[in-house]
Amino acid sequence: MTAPSKEALATLTPVLTKRWLSPDAWKLDVFERLDGYAALRKALAAHPDDLIALIKESGLRGRGGAGFPTGMKWAFIPQNDGKPHYLVVNADEGEPGTCKDLPLMMADPHSLIEGIIICCYAIRANRAFIYVRGEAIHAARRLRQAVIDARAAGYLGPSILGSDFGLEIVVHSGAGAYICGEETALLDSLEGYRGQPRLRPPFPATHGLYASPTVVNNVETICSVPYIVLGGAQWWRSMGTEKSPGPKIYSLSGRINEPGQYECGLGTTLRQLIDLAGGMQPGHQLKFWTPGGSSTPLLTAEHLDTPMDFEAMAAAGTMLGTTAVQIFSDQDDVVYATYRWIEFYHHESCGKCTPCREGNYWMGQILHRILSGQGTHEDLDTLLDSCDNLLGRSFCALGDGATSPVTSSIQYFKQDYLDYIEGRKPPMFSPADHSMVGAH
Amino acid sequence: MGFSDETYQRAKEIIARYPEGKERSALLPLLHLVQAEEGYVSPAGVTFCAEQLGLTRAQVGAVATFYTMYKRRPAGDWLVSVCTNTMCGVLGGDATFEALSEYLGVGHDETTTDGLITLEHAECLAACDYAPVVTINYEFFDRLQADQALSLVHRLEEGERPVPSRGARLCTLKEMSVQLAGFADDREGAVADGPAGGPTLRGNRLAEQYGIAVPGFDPETPIPTQADREAAKAPPPAETAGAASNKPASDAKPAGDAPKPQENKL
Repeated sequence: MTAPSKEALATLTPVLTKRWLSPDAWKLDVFERLDGYAALRKALAAHPDDLIALIKESGLRGRGGAGFPTGMKWAFIPQNDGKPHYLVVNADEGEPGTCKDLPLMMADPHSLIEGIIICCYAIRANRAFIYVRGEAIHAARRLRQAVIDARAAGYLGPSILGSDFGLEIVVHSGAGAYICGEETALLDSLEGYRGQPRLRPPFPATHGLYASPTVVNNVETICSVPYIVLGGAQWWRSMGTEKSPGPKIYSLSGRINEPGQYECGLGTTLRQLIDLAGGMQPGHQLKFWTPGGSSTPLLTAEHLDTPMDFEAMAAAGTMLGTTAVQIFSDQDDVVYATYRWIEFYHHESCGKCTPCREGNYWMGQILHRILSGQGTHEDLDTLLDSCDNLLGRSFCALGDGATSPVTSSIQYFKQDYLDYIEGRKPPMFSPADHSMVGAH
Repeated sequence: MGFSDETYQRAKEIIARYPEGKERSALLPLLHLVQAEEGYVSPAGVTFCAEQLGLTRAQVGAVATFYTMYKRRPAGDWLVSVCTNTMCGVLGGDATFEALSEYLGVGHDETTTDGLITLEHAECLAACDYAPVVTINYEFFDRLQADQALSLVHRLEEGERPVPSRGARLCTLKEMSVQLAGFADDREGAVADGPAGGPTLRGNRLAEQYGIAVPGFDPETPIPTQADREAAKAPPPAETAGAASNKPASDAKPAGDAPKPQENKL
């Protein structure tokens, strides 16, 4: 393992992750010493509309996968409508490969609280909810403590820092359902229902939680806000690319020497990230990777130098997603990987839309048959047909996302499928093997 | 069974967290609460939630059965979840699950006959940089191969409480469910447990080692007002416009205990 190159090191932009180096940054006094709640004081002195304009000018885009402009989302909230407004933070991290929000909430929970207060002040909301994944128990523990401490210190409550702005935050633990990371399913779940996506329009901006105007933002998005308030839009734009500005936490996992969290400017390439991560593990050659979780189509070694921002990833036929970079090598079986992801989507499909519920079930069966050495050439066509019937034919993006590993793996690695189908590779399963379907 | 007075009191506190008229939002925490008393969501637990919220038992049951964390049969004190999603699976999780399943004699979502351990496959647990992971009552044990997972289980069987890699010291699944219902962890020091692991800090450590910080951060940068924006849009004499955002950069750091900041354009 060699030291990273200067070029790779230059991509590092420690901003949101910086406090993580201070082990007690989750404590209020340490957070305050590290510039905590300075952005809140500054924001409360500004007009809420100016804060929305600032976030627009910064070009901040949602960090939960879709990349929607955050300032625009905030501006969609109708004002003076006489209805309560809500901010709901999506902390239901569960997209396979994604592991950035949990460490962020564990290490620096107050930065999320601070971002929430600023956002709520801007959109005129007096109640916010953090919907945190049930399994993320230590993050919830730290968040609940942060809410208690922030309230005692006057950062939350009926009159924040003596102003006439009041806010209460509830930390709400989920109960194990990937689909609740989808924003409208999350809202249904928060209202006490099964987590099933809603038909849109109407959008949450006008009919969200309790049919009131609601902003739903990802943890990393909200945590970006205090830094923009402090450093300004121009400074934020000094990182990343013109259309995808700012720093981003890239989560690297898999066949590299040093998996982990790397905060870099948007537009960093996989080659640079692998360089930062100490290179590929000995004996492993990069074969396939996800740029942002399993719902983003796979890429290959051909894409080592493609900038990882929203535009360039879309141009390469995939999506930036959550920048959950899962790196697989020539030692890994892309057909098995795809099968395992489809079993995941099958298990996590909420069952509301037939194409997703049935499509994933059947694709799992077909992939299992191929891995059992009993696949046919027609199976590949059936898989692609199934994807055609899934993509764009479900209420939410879970169905769309499920097609990503299937179509991209067949596009780039058809030979791997043919090796099973034509008997060049020994079967992985006996046909009677039970498939693996998990919880959560 | 009858639920305890404490559970009734806690149910009231949970419902009070949500806006008036929106009490149904309390349903997920209430389901965690009944699980905290009984170890699973029993028919009595469903009835309890229904009564608290004025719902039918069918409405509550429909929700309870949707979410995997609500157990429909009594679960063990220790819920051992093995991540077998793709990344953890290929790095060793599949083998770990098989080894534990064989040793314990139970399959997915099954509990040992002594009622001690429930085993399950888990989908992605959001710790891929620590893959392969196992959790016990949702606390992480990182980078665990089958033999290490087996020794963890042996220790549970011997009455020990192994210390998680990150997160708090272990408590039983019932105790954990109280926290899932939204109550603070009342164990002294539990919130402070669990330092961040190496992979979490890896990028930061590199930045620290090579003295990298983002230049130009000035926390005093003014927030432009409507007047500033209009002035910036106005034609020619624009020198004063946008002055706020063109303020000279300082090399102040965003936050954190960092070494001397340095330009990151090396």
